[in-house]
Amino acid sequence: MTNVEFDGVTKVFPGGAVAVDGLSLTVSDGEFLILVGPSGCGKSTALRMVAGLEKISAGSITVGGTRVNDIPPKDRDIAMVFQNYALYPHMTVEKNLGFALRQRKAPKEEIAQRVSAMAAMLGLEGLLQRRPGQLSGGQRQRVAMGRALVREPQVFLLDEPLSNLDAKLRVQMRAELKKLHHRLGITTIYVTHDQVEAMTLGDRIAVLSAGRLQQIGHPQDVYDHPANVFVAGFIGSPPMNLLRGSVRDGQVSAGDLVFARAGVPDADVIVGIRPEGLRLVGSDDPGPGFELHVDVVEPLGDEVMVHGTVSARDAGVRIEVEEATLLADAIEEDRAAVTVRLAPDVRPAPGSSVHLSVDPEGVHLFDADSGLAIR
Amino acid sequence: MSAIDVSTLPGEIGMVEPPRRRWLPFSPWHLVLMPIALVMLVPLLWVVMTSFETLAQTQHFPPILWPGSFQWQNYPNALHSVPFGRWFWNTTVVTTVVVLSNLVLCALAAYGFARIKFFGKGVAYFFLLATLMVPIQVVLIPTFLIVKQMHLLNTLGALIVPNLANVFGIFMLTQFFRTLPIELEEAARIDGASRLKILFVIVLPLSLPALATLAVIQFLWTWNDFLWPLVTIYKENAFTLQLGLMSFQGSHANDTNLLMAGNVMSMLPVLLLFIAAQRYFVRGIATQGLKG
Repeated sequence: MTNVEFDGVTKVFPGGAVAVDGLSLTVSDGEFLILVGPSGCGKSTALRMVAGLEKISAGSITVGGTRVNDIPPKDRDIAMVFQNYALYPHMTVEKNLGFALRQRKAPKEEIAQRVSAMAAMLGLEGLLQRRPGQLSGGQRQRVAMGRALVREPQVFLLDEPLSNLDAKLRVQMRAELKKLHHRLGITTIYVTHDQVEAMTLGDRIAVLSAGRLQQIGHPQDVYDHPANVFVAGFIGSPPMNLLRGSVRDGQVSAGDLVFARAGVPDADVIVGIRPEGLRLVGSDDPGPGFELHVDVVEPLGDEVMVHGTVSARDAGVRIEVEEATLLADAIEEDRAAVTVRLAPDVRPAPGSSVHLSVDPEGVHLFDADSGLAIR
Repeated sequence: MSAIDVSTLPGEIGMVEPPRRRWLPFSPWHLVLMPIALVMLVPLLWVVMTSFETLAQTQHFPPILWPGSFQWQNYPNALHSVPFGRWFWNTTVVTTVVVLSNLVLCALAAYGFARIKFFGKGVAYFFLLATLMVPIQVVLIPTFLIVKQMHLLNTLGALIVPNLANVFGIFMLTQFFRTLPIELEEAARIDGASRLKILFVIVLPLSLPALATLAVIQFLWTWNDFLWPLVTIYKENAFTLQLGLMSFQGSHANDTNLLMAGNVMSMLPVLLLFIAAQRYFVRGIATQGLKG
């Protein structure tokens, strides 16, 4: 059984910057856990603390029941794949793969046998005598994984391993990683800022922001039931539309959008609507909805992304992901940026106004002060 | 639809350079560079030519740059009139030991400064670098006294011990090690390698250009050093080549032709080393300014 347990783990860098703040979570035996969050949220630091590359300022990490705070990296029986692969440039693929085994003074025959088995598993047989500089990005990535896996570690750590690959290769390697994990069943912690990797790869995802755990759960649960406004804005691409609103006597209103929601106390709220939770309807539609002034239309083949503004106050939640701040700077104070995901055959003209209907069931409400979800 | 001319496109496809018309079989810059190179070469050629002249020719004014008949016997004469072989051996021993010790000791110190956290590292590094600013004339006498108290005067030890590790070497390797990706060392730590193993198996093989540069520079300095041997060695059997060659230049007689023959022979190893290590030397210098 190789659980990894974070218990109140805190990392304070010299100078006082808190990278990880009281992180507590458990990664079960054989689980594939994703640590996801924006740049600087502490996810890589958390991973490096498991590896032993960063000292833990407070709290403890246990691997397979053993507290590893003071155990050097080589004795933790963990393996790590780095973002830039960190392959030894002066060694052949074969030497790279066998490096850890040689350090552990494994017999030569065993090293040769395990290296060739790993090469066969990862499709590297023909490349054993090449050096990393002579390999493509995808091949290097495989060698990096092979080097980590060849000594059959208890825990497998990956720090944004796909971020240096082009988009097509990334999709392919994502699938390979998933297959590999199914085959080997090693407890895996995977750090990424990529939503798609987070949603597709993990058994569970842990969302971090400013060093703190925001939510942990099955990817779909996190997507469907974000615990707070940060998770709502971070998970999902494009992110959830967030508008300022209020609840009075069971009526939720945000600009022109008004609908009933029973059991919610009067409060100022943030109203969250996923881009796919909006539908294009005629202006005579009786249901709750609002007018969208269309700014940009992005046909993506299988869907159309429409960016525009509605008459409501923007929630002012800005999370640094690609699309989130696209139009935010240009909009007026009483307008809020909204993104809508539509079917590919629907193409509203930029500059026009269209009417959108909202399914009240799919609307998320968050407390305006604490940012926590109102269930 | 018209075909697109790829040579006008930006980016990779458009990187095809249009064929440039050449007026000369070489770059026009060579017209500037060649005379400058010649100016650099003249003293060297003069030394070589003088080594083939008679004593009378060397004293002629204006200087004779082409001796006409070559005095090849200057070379055996220079070899036999002084213990040249002994001095060559002394210089070789001192240079070899100093170069090797510098490679090992500077690498160890530099790795510490580049990678290991320890109390007072910044201050120690600062003071170490500050010693580079102190001219040798300032430390000559204190170092002489230390070497004297160690009873090393007139031994090769006097030339070796004060030069075992050179601050410039520590500085150069520290800067180079800092440019190596730290992840390589972290990966090796996780893979089970010790600090020393990381240094010798990962860091040093990746630092060959810097090590080669340091070796060449240190070789040149030590081989050509004159002032320090002059201060600490005054017995002929411990002379180095540079010191020994001075014996051709006395207060009463000047065997300039023999001196130059000796000079040419003492230069040969340096030239050979430079030609062999030139690739590393140039790459090493270039690497200092470029991030990998």
